[in-house]
Amino acid sequence: MSKVLKSIYMPILAVVIAIIIGSIIMLATGFNPVAAYTSLFIGAFGTFPNIANTLANAVPLIITGLGVAIAFNAGLFNIGAEGQYWIGAIVGTWIGYYFKGLPWYIHIPFALIAAMVAGGLWGGIIPGFAKAYTGAHEVITTMMMSYVAIYFSHYLLEFGPMMEKGSVPQSPLIKDSAVIPTIVPNTQLSYGIVIALVAALFVYWLMYKTVWGYEMRAVGFNQRASKYAGMNVPFNIVLSLSLSGIFAGLAGAVQILGVQHRLYDSFTSGYGYTAIVVALLAKNNPIGVVFSALLFAALGTGSQYMQLNAQVPGQLTDVITGLIIFFVAADKIIELFKTMFKKQKKEELAS
Amino acid sequence: MSALLEVKNITKIFPKVRANDGVNLTVEEGEIHAILGENGAGKSTLMNIIYGLYKPDSGELKLSGETLNLSGPHEAIEKGIGMVHQHFMLIPVLTVAENIVLGAEPGGISYNKKKANELIREISKNYHLEIDPDAKVKDLSVGLQQRVEILKAFYRHAKLLILDEPTAMLTPQETEELFGIMRRLKEQGISIIFISHKLDEVKEISDKVTVMRRGKTVGTLNTKDTNEQELANLMVGREVVLRVEKSEYKPGDVVLSVKDLTVADEQNIEKVKNVSFEIRGGEIFGLAGIDGNGQTELIEALMGLRQIKSGVIKYQNSDIEKLPTRERYKLGISYIPQDRQQEGLIMKFSVADNLILKEYKDSRYSKNGVIQYKKVFENASKKVEEYDIRPTDYTLLAGNLSGGNQQKIILAREVGSNPKLLIAVQPTRGMDVGAIEYIHKKLLELRDGGSAILLVSLELEEIMSLSDRIGVIHNGVIMDVLDGKSATREKIGLLMAGSQIDAKEVEV
Repeated sequence: MSKVLKSIYMPILAVVIAIIIGSIIMLATGFNPVAAYTSLFIGAFGTFPNIANTLANAVPLIITGLGVAIAFNAGLFNIGAEGQYWIGAIVGTWIGYYFKGLPWYIHIPFALIAAMVAGGLWGGIIPGFAKAYTGAHEVITTMMMSYVAIYFSHYLLEFGPMMEKGSVPQSPLIKDSAVIPTIVPNTQLSYGIVIALVAALFVYWLMYKTVWGYEMRAVGFNQRASKYAGMNVPFNIVLSLSLSGIFAGLAGAVQILGVQHRLYDSFTSGYGYTAIVVALLAKNNPIGVVFSALLFAALGTGSQYMQLNAQVPGQLTDVITGLIIFFVAADKIIELFKTMFKKQKKEELAS
Repeated sequence: MSALLEVKNITKIFPKVRANDGVNLTVEEGEIHAILGENGAGKSTLMNIIYGLYKPDSGELKLSGETLNLSGPHEAIEKGIGMVHQHFMLIPVLTVAENIVLGAEPGGISYNKKKANELIREISKNYHLEIDPDAKVKDLSVGLQQRVEILKAFYRHAKLLILDEPTAMLTPQETEELFGIMRRLKEQGISIIFISHKLDEVKEISDKVTVMRRGKTVGTLNTKDTNEQELANLMVGREVVLRVEKSEYKPGDVVLSVKDLTVADEQNIEKVKNVSFEIRGGEIFGLAGIDGNGQTELIEALMGLRQIKSGVIKYQNSDIEKLPTRERYKLGISYIPQDRQQEGLIMKFSVADNLILKEYKDSRYSKNGVIQYKKVFENASKKVEEYDIRPTDYTLLAGNLSGGNQQKIILAREVGSNPKLLIAVQPTRGMDVGAIEYIHKKLLELRDGGSAILLVSLELEEIMSLSDRIGVIHNGVIMDVLDGKSATREKIGLLMAGSQIDAKEVEV
């Protein structure tokens, strides 16, 4: 138990410090932090539909965050989860509207699995093999692949093969048989949340209880020692980047089948990038990813309500997000705060 | 002679550890004073206090009679205390001169390169430390890099030089050179604190020895009035067996047979040339040689970590040169790699996880791909007890253990699997007397149980005391294989240096 506490203590401290500094900023710019945080909280958790929407927002963050966390665990930086998410969304959409007359229990899994395979190929095969056999850095390759994916979707939707008849750059609606049903009516919360939670448990089991997870983590910490122990290092690099892409692709498809029901033309979903922060705050622990995704989802849904009711600009939540990232990345600063605090206490005791 | 440095009753407490507990030390002018102690005895803490990196919780430091209250290394340097750390603090891409003057450059706003080079030539002449000021540090040997570190101290007018385990990274020749330098510095009135856990070196170079154990100074002795046995006992706190007691040599069947093996490095330069040798069960085959003469490539080839160019590796009568590393482990080969932190362990894995690093796929520890942690922990608690790994909590990360205990994890894993062949590369590197004694005991137990052991070491002493037969490698060629009992230091030394004919003459 104390071990769990110890590992979640730093991320929580980072969030708390970020919130405190956020209040200082609000005070300095003439807003009431108590009112702002209250409305942020009500916006995110105040009513039943609000809770449902926060959970719905968390779904793509959880699943993509799991993907990023797998790569991080293997010592790899999958910065292109955004692109893998898009590939998953494209494939999920296409299967969703192109195939007719399938029962839901075939149509939904078909779309999800195809999206996972596509995401896995996009993230794992090309950047994975490039990294494993030529040493091409995955930050560059996954990011470039990400641009390719996003611009590919532009091509498909702007007068391309996936564009719906008319002048709006969007795909046709997916068939009813491919829709993941909503849990709470009139909200965005679908059974996608169940998929997300199961995925988190699965990834936890995979990374910490199986020989594959053991190998991926070993390779992530020390490639040389892994090679000396007889592990196949290139295989594990490809495997972990593929798994990373598989989950990002799944996230894209779940979002289409559960929430959007069609693909819109856009520059970014933002999920692939926020997922990196989600994984960082969770210290790459799959269970932690669920909670950290919930936090960022809550900041997202709460910010609109806060803007309306406390007249605090919604961008403030971006500031808080930025501060959280800063303090998570800068563990050392928190350590410093801690020792300063301890010293003070000691001196107080001494005097 | 008068006291240059006086350390009186210094105590430094870290959370849970009294790293220094009432430490006393007096260093006279112009003396070489060795500080001897096992890993974790508090040597480094004491040096860091003298160098101003730590503030003592109580006690007093005096330099030439003046009380020191250091707030950081810059003040220590100002007072004339110089320190050469075990791991050098040099910037590889800068020149020797640039590294030495860094932080105290001659010239105003612009760096006066000519002046810097001049100053360094002068210092290196005064102290007989020849070096080319314009050479890039990355191109220098370890020994010369150390010289740069020493020059750094004298550029800042050091009167007291602290050398923290200076011989750990050096070859025997470089060590001799360093000792020469130390003797000359002593003649010039410089005081040197020499930190080590190697008894023979302390005996050879120091005037006085202060022994530390568990944060306390156990005693200060005149080096000439003591012997290695007494020092070892003081250091460990009990009777230590320095001489290896070996049972009779009873060789069994050939376990490993290497024939005409040729291995090239990444640049396709042949590092191992047509090497042939055999190792039998129940014997320790020592491979002696100066570092970089093909040992690494040979071992990596034996373990399947490096492709061979030609030749045959036979293990228990079957060819294994094409097998991947893991398959070789499965056949009962074990391997203690040279660099335990980079090659032998995953520092961020727990002790329990590290103990199964090669066997996690074995049916003992996993079923259908799922690791059976109950079995893993059972194994860990057994190994932790059997190999006396401390602390005993096997859920701790390997990186949190001391070097000696890290090596015990590897030993437990590699020796504990009861291998038919053990390849041990520098198994006692950086270990203290107590740990070396233990590791040697384990290797001999394995030998007496009928296993074959290939021992690669740069420590001639270790090779000679353990090996039944000794192969000497020079420039990728095994010069000769000698009988362990009759081999002499001189003969091995000559072969190591590559002079086959001279060695034969000595024999005659």
